[in-house]
Amino acid sequence: MHPPVPRLELLDITKRYPGIVACSEVSLSVMPGEIHAVLGENGAGKSTLMKIIYGAVRADSGSILLNGHEVNVANPAQARRLGIGMVFQHFSLFETLTVAENISLVLDEPFNLPALAVRVKAVSERYGLPLDPSRMVHSLSVGERQRVEIVRCLLQDPKLLILDEPTSVLTPQAVQKLFETLRQLASEGVSILYISHKLHEIQSLCDGATILRHGKVTGNANPRQETPASLARMMIGRELPVCQAPVYEGDQHTVLTVESLNLVSDDPFGTDLKNISLTVNAGEILGIAGISGNGQAELMAALSGETTVEKHAIHFEGKPVGHLNAGQRRHKGLVFVPEERLGRGAVPPFSLSHNALLTAHRKGMKYWGLVRYSKAREFADKCVARFDVRCGGSGDDARSLSGGNLQKFIVGREIMLKPKAMIVAQPTWGVDVGASAVLRQALLDLSRNGVAIVLISEELEELFEISDRIAVLAQGRLSTAQPRSAISAESVGMKMSGLFDESDASNSAEVSHASA
Amino acid sequence: MHLLEPRARPSKLMRWTAPLIAIAATLLAGSFLFWSLGKPVLASFQVFFIQPMSSSYGWSELLIKACPLILIAQGLAIGFKARIYNIGAEGQLIMGALAAGGVAIAMEGSDSQWVIPAMVIAGALGGALWGALPALLRTRFNAQETLTTLMLSYIASFILSYMVHGPWRDPEGMNFPQSIMFSDNALFSILLEGSRVNTSIFITGFAVLAFWLFNAHSFMHFQIEVGGHAPAASRYAGFSSRQTVWFSLVISGMTAGLAGVGEIAGPVGQLNLNISPGYGFAAIIVAYLGRLHALGIVLAGFLMALIYLGGEAAQVSLQMPFAITGIFQGMLLFFLLGSDAFIDNRLRRFA
Repeated sequence: MHPPVPRLELLDITKRYPGIVACSEVSLSVMPGEIHAVLGENGAGKSTLMKIIYGAVRADSGSILLNGHEVNVANPAQARRLGIGMVFQHFSLFETLTVAENISLVLDEPFNLPALAVRVKAVSERYGLPLDPSRMVHSLSVGERQRVEIVRCLLQDPKLLILDEPTSVLTPQAVQKLFETLRQLASEGVSILYISHKLHEIQSLCDGATILRHGKVTGNANPRQETPASLARMMIGRELPVCQAPVYEGDQHTVLTVESLNLVSDDPFGTDLKNISLTVNAGEILGIAGISGNGQAELMAALSGETTVEKHAIHFEGKPVGHLNAGQRRHKGLVFVPEERLGRGAVPPFSLSHNALLTAHRKGMKYWGLVRYSKAREFADKCVARFDVRCGGSGDDARSLSGGNLQKFIVGREIMLKPKAMIVAQPTWGVDVGASAVLRQALLDLSRNGVAIVLISEELEELFEISDRIAVLAQGRLSTAQPRSAISAESVGMKMSGLFDESDASNSAEVSHASA
Repeated sequence: MHLLEPRARPSKLMRWTAPLIAIAATLLAGSFLFWSLGKPVLASFQVFFIQPMSSSYGWSELLIKACPLILIAQGLAIGFKARIYNIGAEGQLIMGALAAGGVAIAMEGSDSQWVIPAMVIAGALGGALWGALPALLRTRFNAQETLTTLMLSYIASFILSYMVHGPWRDPEGMNFPQSIMFSDNALFSILLEGSRVNTSIFITGFAVLAFWLFNAHSFMHFQIEVGGHAPAASRYAGFSSRQTVWFSLVISGMTAGLAGVGEIAGPVGQLNLNISPGYGFAAIIVAYLGRLHALGIVLAGFLMALIYLGGEAAQVSLQMPFAITGIFQGMLLFFLLGSDAFIDNRLRRFA
């Protein structure tokens, strides 16, 4: 008997970019029918590695073996011919085309649309991925779009399916559905490479795991035999840090109120806000769960003043502020940390001290219209020291910092404005585990000093870790906030999809399935 | 296959060497041009670039041509940093000249000392008004200033043409399209005997200093740069983009208008159809060649002035066509844009 031949084997793959080694001598192997995790933090080199397998990026050295034969994957089209399919983290779909048309675009062979639609329907039903081939993509939810991507791969009968952080856009129920689909595929012999940094997902789904840190393999493991702590050690080199949330004992009063806020999005594919109401009190963190694209960007812009709204729709400290712009609101003590750090929270080619000036100029850095650069530098130095921003100094350009360190700087800068309320969107998106913990702790500490915080996040774990109350934003509507102790991840997940129109059959089916 | 790949971060060195590379490439391509026209290359260069600087009169002419270029480019650079592209400085120059010329014609015959100051103020306002129009169109109707400023400069030159053909034509001017020659109190005083250098250079000198300080120290300039680099960050900070549009278009209109006053109350001495040999357009190149920096613009302004003088000399001594000046300006811009690509990119290294 021959030993079984791995479906995919990577040998010593190395890829360098200017100034960084993304992958350094990475080797891994995946057997037929195996669900194999590639585990690592953001920036560990997972995505680069997958793009190399898929032919989107060329390795500088190393070899790829498919079913025991060395292959040279020149481009994604060739990868597809070799039986490799990939579902990217960011979808590549045309919003103005139908599902079937989108799928037709990647097929090499001639096709006719009606016949293709029948095939799409068949494949999607076989794998529990309900899809209507004639619907326009812009009318689909994010979860449905992901199904389009997966079905598109499955139509080509892949032997190896790569999924890059597929659950970051899904509700907990949809994640369970996806896992069922993946297990079914694996049982039919398809090998799956599953990229994630979520330990519990990998433990429940994967048969094997390769762990990457800083572009190097730091371990191979069977995730079911490991503990989250042991996986975390391999992934980040130490234990997972835990946040401390003491009880707030300060003065109780309402700081920020939003009442019946309606907003039509500027973006033709954006989400309109419908009748949003919320209150946030001093000393608490209000978490807003939901998947991006459900009005998160619009709500953030309306709360920050980047989009001004009806004057009385937003009250801050008892006064109407809806008509004020972001600078005027910040002046009153309402500060913001946006989702995009480079280009919105900070100016990429500016030094940190110039970026301090961006919002902290009201802290004595201006004098008769002239800038006091020494004050800005002092402020930035303090921020760097107090929030442990790892960089060469306040003279470094914002773009030269890692995501986590820049986020620490931005959050620190806003905290140093001594706000009464803070709105934060996706604070730990793309941030490594260590920095995430520091950021969450900083938000907790700030709230326990009497500041009201609104935390808009896709990460349920994050919301449950630090929020006092949680509401869900779905399809532009906000659910009533409930205390964290009175709400479960499942019920939040239900609301993420349950707030959709009842007419949306696939979504209600998804909910009823999950609750069954 | 792409020849370029992005750098990890933009090269600061390249930012300042790009203009030098562009100048070198322009000289190289220029010598090919001379050679292909059958002119002796070295002698042509001597005529084009050395001869204008070989006499004190040449230097004074250089100063006269550099001043308006530098003045206009200082104003344009403010807008360019905010990515507000005023390419109609020529029209703003003309409107400034018209406003100032109107004052001179109206005050003809008075012996007041205030004619020149009144002309300067009128010229600044005229240029500023012509810059304010696109600002209004942009902030009110979201009309792109790149188009409106350019189109308004054609309107300005037709207004000028109408005025010197009609209402303001010199009755004793043999029907030439030109106004009366301005009297002495409507002209800047000559600074150097035997040259045309006049006191208007103090306006440029003051402007260089003022813009240098403004760029280095003002919060407004910081806001402008934020708007240019990251519009979302500007909104996030709560800076007003309308204010930036108004400020940069009005300021650049004003400097162009002042340059117009300098011409009609200086070397030209009247309103006619040739008050500017395209200074408003050449100043765009000057602004970028000087890296939008107040002092860099001074150097670039002198280089551009030299091309103007060299072009004139080449027409006289080498019987080259009038277009030679434009060709050199164009080559300079072309090579500058080409070398600027290397600020953010570098040649791909093939393995």
